[in-house]
Amino acid sequence: MFQNIGEIVLLFWRTLCALPFAWRQRQKVFDQFFEIGNASLLMVCVLSFFIGAVIALQTGPVLVERGLASAVGGIVGISVAKELAPVMMAILIAGRIGSAMAAEIGSMRVYQEIDALRTMNINPIHYLVLPRVLAIAIALPLLVVFAILVGWFGGAVVAATNGRIGIPFQAFFDGLRDIVDLKDVANGLFKSFCFAVIIGAVSCHQGLVTIGGPRGIGRSVTKAVVNSIVLIVIFDYILTRFLLK
Amino acid sequence: MNPPVNNTGVSLQVRGLRKSFGGQEVLRGVDLDVRPGEIFVIMGPSGSGKSVLLKHLIGLESPDAGEILINGESIESADIAAKYRMALVFQSGALLNSLTVGENVGLYLTEHRLKSPAEIERIVAEQLETVGLAEAVNKMPAELSGGMKKRAAIARALVIDPQLILYDEPTSELDPLSAVVIGDEILELKRKIHVTSVVVSHDRDLAFGVADRIAIIHEGRILTVGTPDEVKRFNDPLIQRFLHADFKRDPQSKTL
Ligand SMILES: Nc1ncnc2c1ncn2[C@@H]1O[C@H](COP(=O)(O)OP(=O)(O)OP(=O)(O)O)[C@@H](O)[C@H]1O
Ligand SMILES: [Mg+2]
Repeated sequence: MFQNIGEIVLLFWRTLCALPFAWRQRQKVFDQFFEIGNASLLMVCVLSFFIGAVIALQTGPVLVERGLASAVGGIVGISVAKELAPVMMAILIAGRIGSAMAAEIGSMRVYQEIDALRTMNINPIHYLVLPRVLAIAIALPLLVVFAILVGWFGGAVVAATNGRIGIPFQAFFDGLRDIVDLKDVANGLFKSFCFAVIIGAVSCHQGLVTIGGPRGIGRSVTKAVVNSIVLIVIFDYILTRFLLK
Repeated sequence: MNPPVNNTGVSLQVRGLRKSFGGQEVLRGVDLDVRPGEIFVIMGPSGSGKSVLLKHLIGLESPDAGEILINGESIESADIAAKYRMALVFQSGALLNSLTVGENVGLYLTEHRLKSPAEIERIVAEQLETVGLAEAVNKMPAELSGGMKKRAAIARALVIDPQLILYDEPTSELDPLSAVVIGDEILELKRKIHVTSVVVSHDRDLAFGVADRIAIIHEGRILTVGTPDEVKRFNDPLIQRFLHADFKRDPQSKTL
């Protein structure tokens, strides 16, 4: 998978160079943006609710037993905001949206639609890649905001209702507010922005280099998703280690 | 981005064009001279490299060796696409499946912002009328038959108001009546705007009906070039077999 990194970086650079044309393509950015939201908002909510819930369930009883009830909110808060919401949502979106991007662009490639664009002197990067990368770079951080809030809520619900934890709502959020800053949330959002760019660039690149027929498209979709996820996890570590101390 | 309206066809020269895919040499030194405003038909068996040649002529493929000149300028020079309007009608149509037929036909004008939306709508309706698809303007390409796709693709090419238009088997999926309509349209364009046309076709009726000159390509080489009469009389067993004997149109091989 790594022999393509150079090409992906190049595609990303070309997309950056196309940014001045973004305003022209605003309609397509909006269309993509709403498609992403439509396709994933509900899933994001369900997934993040249960992520928050399971973290509370795992940590709550242990902490409460040791008289650390006030830390439960903080632990759920930090882990959801800084790590779980950005990474899990990025993986979800890689599967849900990255695959669709690779499939759509890949089939356009295979069925010569991209050649047709080029004969009309329409740059596929402006027409196809830029709107998708922009839309996902805006949409994913917004979805992560939702995910963080819903995840906290999920944690709070479990903390309040589980017999072995029994921390009331108010106390849970007091604990959370003690420990979590706005900076932690910003960290998570910045990560998710980076992940969004990775998903967009990897998936569009994979679509553009599709060869062969339907099987080629299938292969591209799989590669786009797998490569996105691998890069997300690697970059998660790098970003956490070097940028967000 | 707004090219001058210049209703004259361009000349086209191909010099020693070679192209291989993998180990397979598809074009083995092609030389052609297409004069401004002429209808130049290329015939040849399936797999002889016709579609690959057309893709080179519009810059979709870059040659391994040789060059292509439009009005004496290399196709690879930077501003060629802004300077000359060229169009290719793909063998498969290659309509954008996510857009309606009307949006496909108007795409060039919309993306380059050459006309107002109302005007684009009018031009699109007019061109679709020309190819007999007026009622399909709001359909999706998936809802069209093969021949309708081909005709929509021709309309999309005509909207560009090209100085050079390349047709890859324009009549291969059409009934004889529609084929005649397309043939007439090719002739009409030449008469009206003196566009230079290069037509790849297996359709002998079309070829001999519209061609000013015909080239026969075989295994990546041009065997002969001449007027329809010259080609008919050309004394080469291969060509005579191709033009007369039991020539059946090859199955639509894919050029993917
Ligand atoms: N992108 C490509 N990669 C590899 N081989 C290719 C490619 N495009 C074409 N070829 C090969 O080049 C040869 C010529 O193909 P081409 O599509 O030009 O044939 P054609 O003359 O248009 O045939 P037909 O009349 O069936 O359309 C074929 O053998 C094909 O396999
Ligand atoms: Mg062909």
